[in-house]
Amino acid sequence: MALSSDEAGRFAELLKEREDEIVSTWAERVGSTLRGRLSTAELHRQTVDLHHAVQGALSDGLSELSDGAGGELRALLAELSGSRARQGFTATETAVSVFALKDAVLAALDHAGDERPETLRDYVAFSSFVDQAALHTFDSFVRTREELIADQAEQLLELSTPVVRLWEGVVALPLVGTLDSARAQVVMERLLQTLVDTGSPYAIIDITGVPAVDTQVAQHILKTVVAARLMGADCIISGIRPQIAQTIVALGIEFGDIATKASLADALRHVLKLTGMKRQER
Amino acid sequence: MERVPILKIGDTLLVSIQIDMEDQVALQLQEDLAERIVATGCGGVIIDISALDIVDSFVGRTLATIASVSRVLDAETLVVGMRPAVAITLVELGLSLPGIRTALNVELGMEMLARDHGDSEPDDTAMQDGDDAAVSAP
Repeated sequence: MALSSDEAGRFAELLKEREDEIVSTWAERVGSTLRGRLSTAELHRQTVDLHHAVQGALSDGLSELSDGAGGELRALLAELSGSRARQGFTATETAVSVFALKDAVLAALDHAGDERPETLRDYVAFSSFVDQAALHTFDSFVRTREELIADQAEQLLELSTPVVRLWEGVVALPLVGTLDSARAQVVMERLLQTLVDTGSPYAIIDITGVPAVDTQVAQHILKTVVAARLMGADCIISGIRPQIAQTIVALGIEFGDIATKASLADALRHVLKLTGMKRQER
Repeated sequence: MERVPILKIGDTLLVSIQIDMEDQVALQLQEDLAERIVATGCGGVIIDISALDIVDSFVGRTLATIASVSRVLDAETLVVGMRPAVAITLVELGLSLPGIRTALNVELGMEMLARDHGDSEPDDTAMQDGDDAAVSAP
């Protein structure tokens, strides 16, 4: 039920006349749900901003929040819910910041002692407008949260796949955490690029930090090894824990002629022995 | 048609592929290389594909054929400088280029050939040592 321009005008008038009263009731309602996690001054400032934005939008004859006149109000709501989301408030606490306007306006109407029947209709229309505003807030809240999660996932991906140079011509890739397809792809690309950049003919893939090895994880590791071989580097898999060794055998995973070692130290010793032999031969 | 130049460095023939590897170019290279190996009597061939963005199944097979042909002519073939993206694509396609030895770059390839020559008197050691020869293809 959309606001007609008359109704919008009347509410703009009401909001303007009783600004102090409405803002204080509103801020009080919001403050009681946030339980002191936001300072009173800050809350009051936000509420006043919102109040002005709502009043401005209504006096421009806004009927739907998605109208052009609602642009400023939408931006303000998005900003508010974004900051709430980042500060760790729940969705309910964020939405209440908008819903509390209804209570405040109702209290103001009661105070005015307006008993005309149209007032009820007006109020219902206004209420649906506030609902729209709250839904918009909720959407922005979810969007901000999702952006946060995506950022964190990306950071995690970068943090968890370092390729370290272990010795002259030997790089190590300590894998930590579960390998899914996306991570395996990143790991593979980074390892191969490092091989090219450093010109290292040996790579040790250490899976000490991988909690479980299933056929899919094994497949990813095998692909990485084969790709490295195609480029002319040899891979050694190390850090295989006893349970993982048993799982690998139980699943029937074949590592073929890929060297596997129990620990990173063993793998390094193995590589050094190979390169040492070559030095002597030369 | 463009041709790929073949350079002789000591006992090694160096082929650096800088152009798009079309099927005709690959076949021409195969012929040219066989002739040059016979003409020069070189013991090693290094094919540098670091400039190649795309290695399709035909080029892969041609490289394998070149390796086999040169082995018959007693020359060891190394494919060097494959890009990570190319390697990943080949693996995803299930092409592991069996029978082709690889090295990371030309320098490491030269070293590997020199090593092979150094201990090639008892000819089969490289085979028996298994993973000692840096990358004996599976």
